[in-house]
Amino acid sequence: MTLSLIEYEFVINIVLLGMLAVTGLAIARIRSLFAVAMLAGLYSLLCASWFVLLDAVDVAFTEAAVGAGISTVLFLGALALTRAEEKPTPNPRAIIGMLVCTLTGLTLVYATLDMPRFGERDNPVNTHPLYERFTDTSKQEIGVPNAVTSVLASYRGYDTLGETVVIFTAGTAVIMLLGGSNWRRRRSRGDES
Amino acid sequence: MHHYAVLRVATKLLVPLILLFALYVQFHGDYGPGGGFQAGVIFSAGIVLYAMIFGLDAATAVMPIYALKRLAPLGVLLYGGVGIASMLRGGTFLDYSVLAHDPVHGQHLGILLVELGVGITVASVMVLVFYGFAGRGRSQP
Repeated sequence: MTLSLIEYEFVINIVLLGMLAVTGLAIARIRSLFAVAMLAGLYSLLCASWFVLLDAVDVAFTEAAVGAGISTVLFLGALALTRAEEKPTPNPRAIIGMLVCTLTGLTLVYATLDMPRFGERDNPVNTHPLYERFTDTSKQEIGVPNAVTSVLASYRGYDTLGETVVIFTAGTAVIMLLGGSNWRRRRSRGDES
Repeated sequence: MHHYAVLRVATKLLVPLILLFALYVQFHGDYGPGGGFQAGVIFSAGIVLYAMIFGLDAATAVMPIYALKRLAPLGVLLYGGVGIASMLRGGTFLDYSVLAHDPVHGQHLGILLVELGVGITVASVMVLVFYGFAGRGRSQP
């Protein structure tokens, strides 16, 4: 029996999503925070593989670099400042948390029922007038082969400027909270003035 | 971690490749996947790897904190500056078409500069945040 390409993709989808679910459950169960940080990195890597399968290469790239790379390191850095074991949650609170998670999950699944079927030809994303603008007209207007870049950097330049400012602001806030290594010096200088 | 010979040698081989790949992603983002954000994160990952193996002092010798603290706003200013420049040349804010004689060339130039700004800000903010975490446990001078 031979499988067609679509069936292969379906099998890989199921395997990846199954592994995602297992990783998520493991993160919820395990108390050792070091293992949790590593599993969170694995979760991001699985997400990235799945995004590649969905042809969202730019998103996969970001997920692999940020989720599996930098945030794992930042988790480990935070871990060095606290204890390595999660405190056990009292039972009633765990049950409430479980209920909230299940309800939210069910609501999201219910919402997906309203979504158009994945990959259909006449989905709004394929019939919207902007589709042609971004895929065809952008070649003459901007002349950049990667349509994602032309959308992000040119058509939606305001958005990306906003995102850059957000990253800058968030970084500044974290540095102010954690205190860079020359925090003391800066504060003593501030006292003098 | 500097007493693990394998990690040290592997890091020495990997870090230049990671930094080079980051630059490739930065400047090839118009043609392939990636762009300023991804490039910035990859670049900072190279520095973070270096800091993890050779220590924070070695990393701050290469990437000093005072330089990063100036580079982070510089990227945002570069991005905004491109917008101002296009206004000064008679277009609207962030309309790159007026930046060069040919609109398509202007778009290319604008996208290149804007992505560079994003890359600079992201890379320096990520490294700064890592320094903040890694340097916190130590006794301060």
